[in-house]
Amino acid sequence: MTLIEMKNISKYFPPNITALEKVDFTAEPGEIHCLLGENGAGKTTLMNILYGLYKADKGTVKFEGNQVEINSPRDAIDLKIGMVHQHFRLVKRHTVAENIALGLRCDNSLFPLPEVKARIKQVSERYGLSVEPDAYIWELSVGEQQRVEIIKVLCRDIKVLILDEPTSILTPQETETLFNALQLMKQEDIAIIFITHKLDEVMTFSDTVTVLRKGRNVDTVQTKTVDKKSLAKLMVGRDVLFRVEKSEACPAEPVLEINALQAFDDSGLVALDGFSLSVCGGEILGIAGVSGNGQRELVEVITGLRKKTGGMVKISGVDISGLKPGQIAEIGVAHIPEDRIHRGSVPDMRVLDNLMLRDYKQYSKGLLLDAETMRSQSSEMIKEYNIDTPALETPIKLLSGGNIQKVILARELHGSPSLIIASHPTYGLDVGATEQIRKTLLAQRDSGAGVLLISEDLDEIMELSDRVVVIYEGRIMGEVTPETDVSEIGLLMSGGNQ
Amino acid sequence: MKIKVEPRADPTWKQTLAVTVFSALLALPIIAVIFWGFHVNPLEAYSVIFEGAFGDWYGVSETLTKSIPLMLCAVGLSVAFQTGFYNIGAEGQLLMGAIFSTYVALRWGSLPSIIIIPAMLIAGFIGGGLWGLIPTYLRVRFETNEVITTLMMNYIATKALEYLVFGPWKGADEWGFPYTSKFHVNTWIPTWGFTRIHTPTLVFAVLSGIVLYLVLNRTKIGFETRIVGKNPEAARYLGISYQRIFMIVMLISGGLAGIAGFGEIAGIQHRLRPGISPGYGFTAIIVAWLGRLHPLSTMLVAVLFGGLLVGGEMLQIRLGLPSATIQLFNGVFLLTILSGEYLLRNRIKIEWREDQ
Repeated sequence: MTLIEMKNISKYFPPNITALEKVDFTAEPGEIHCLLGENGAGKTTLMNILYGLYKADKGTVKFEGNQVEINSPRDAIDLKIGMVHQHFRLVKRHTVAENIALGLRCDNSLFPLPEVKARIKQVSERYGLSVEPDAYIWELSVGEQQRVEIIKVLCRDIKVLILDEPTSILTPQETETLFNALQLMKQEDIAIIFITHKLDEVMTFSDTVTVLRKGRNVDTVQTKTVDKKSLAKLMVGRDVLFRVEKSEACPAEPVLEINALQAFDDSGLVALDGFSLSVCGGEILGIAGVSGNGQRELVEVITGLRKKTGGMVKISGVDISGLKPGQIAEIGVAHIPEDRIHRGSVPDMRVLDNLMLRDYKQYSKGLLLDAETMRSQSSEMIKEYNIDTPALETPIKLLSGGNIQKVILARELHGSPSLIIASHPTYGLDVGATEQIRKTLLAQRDSGAGVLLISEDLDEIMELSDRVVVIYEGRIMGEVTPETDVSEIGLLMSGGNQ
Repeated sequence: MKIKVEPRADPTWKQTLAVTVFSALLALPIIAVIFWGFHVNPLEAYSVIFEGAFGDWYGVSETLTKSIPLMLCAVGLSVAFQTGFYNIGAEGQLLMGAIFSTYVALRWGSLPSIIIIPAMLIAGFIGGGLWGLIPTYLRVRFETNEVITTLMMNYIATKALEYLVFGPWKGADEWGFPYTSKFHVNTWIPTWGFTRIHTPTLVFAVLSGIVLYLVLNRTKIGFETRIVGKNPEAARYLGISYQRIFMIVMLISGGLAGIAGFGEIAGIQHRLRPGISPGYGFTAIIVAWLGRLHPLSTMLVAVLFGGLLVGGEMLQIRLGLPSATIQLFNGVFLLTILSGEYLLRNRIKIEWREDQ
């Protein structure tokens, strides 16, 4: 029997955004069903409707043949639907077990922790997803946090599991672990809905694919009847290149020099320990590694958000010790942060304001802002970066992830920076936006900027970088060329040849 | 039965306005119950309030007089709240402004008005501003919770004022009352005709609202203030110091409240004594929220609440109701408005089915 049947779902956001228009979607028990589409295609919106976070403006949802009203996540949970969001919903100051206990019904509701811990142990053993119940969330890497989210859902008895872009932050090994867990769930007749835009994943393990484009159904197909190229075409509506054209790098003077850098993480543990590297103008240096090995701290030290405890950092020859983030930006450092919503943008402010978060100082007459120049500059940026927004006045939170990232890129790269720090620049973005962002980074390199690229997407690192270093536990494990075999890099990433 | 709460999409400004007005009106039938309890016809009570506040020139002039301190405090608060600094201390800042102004008046009161009145205004601004900066410094330096500290600073200011008027500043010819001597006539802010409206302060209050609105929306510092208020983490990433913004905003918020204190003693009382403010600094919190933290709409709401205070006095005089009635009014207003705000953002659904 069909487990979930969504019919004619439409969803509009004021003032005039159509997120979904007459979309149909079904899911069967024991099936891995990929929901494929570009950013802004409406994948997440559709699943948020199923999970009760949004209410559809039109359309019906049937669960096991009965029409249901899902008005809140509570209703969805009662129907045994679970969802793991792309942006985690964890209380950072609480432990893993405490987070999982939230919203879980236990026999002993006064002191649920022992029972919760037992359940965590049981679930993590059953699916091979190991996690430390007493660890605090802020101590965990993004990959581990995601595991907590998945276990949180699995601790309830579920029939449907929705995963929103789960692999964008995982290492190849972690992805493998996740896929194995999914296979086990599949055998237990759980329907797995997998939101993604990674074609490789779709091809390797899904049974069915539904493709959405701009809020409309394009097609639903059996995976074994299609190939990667035809799926890409369905998704984007045109043929896409899988490789970004790249010319030879021409390194100039170093723009970033780091020597024996030391820094602590938030919990006061050593995060960077004698870390050294240099990036020259005109090259892209990729840092490969599992998240939580010092990448975040490295970026924060370079951009002035974190104090170093030892060593030296020079940008374009300037020692940045004691400089504030604003001063470092003025040296010519662009920072594309890993958290584009909480750090890289101000969600409630207009697209216009978000484009001007750096340049407002420059576009002002004395104390006053020069509204006209800001407006004309923003319009140009929107054209240049192909940002899809209804108006300059639209709050940025109404845009899709890809468009938000384009706004950040337009803002940060304006005024030709000499050093670009890009953290997970295409994390969670679709093929079209990813292609555009990678091309932009290459263009910056070709015009002489040095790029420090931090990403867990190994393909991205290999494709873009001129040199690659592997980071593990706050130190560089080794330097490789982009032609190196992936398995060798994987070994370095896990500290293999120590 | 099952009660459910679901979030709604972001409201448009029209919906927001409609819901705010409706919730304010909804307070009226609720308060009517209290009037019935006092055997007073609610309709009569409301007409007394309205006529008292807006029915004749005297009422209007009194309403405007009382809206001056409300406006000054609430405009400053609206900016502080927007920045994410929850200043509950406008009352204390008002009193501290009055104390600083009094010092200037007692010491140099006989100087010409053109010098002494602006000097008192500046002293009031400094007094209120400093009183606001103390908890702000504690917040940016030690991460203390400003709701607690600003609240407690109110009590310190009240006691400091009492100490001064019972002690060192007690006037010689005041028959033992805890008043300072009457200020020199040069320190009196000119009023409009025979009313008590101290016009210069009113003009200053209105201008401060307009100026703050323009500063927030048209200047660099205003842009930075909005960023800090809406996403402190992004502000940090952009290199905007929230510490600096908080200090500036609170200097202004506290300073404006201090000027309200200056207005009360130099425009109305002409001396310092306890009870110069019937809680203007607290009522201003409600005013700022009702004005949706927008400096311009906040000024309008301040006039309405000024009217409510005057109407409340009329209730006392004409119908013999206790003076607390009007505080009850304020309380119920805040309650209905906040509930309206909640329902604007969430939808409540009750299901009667027993089978779930």
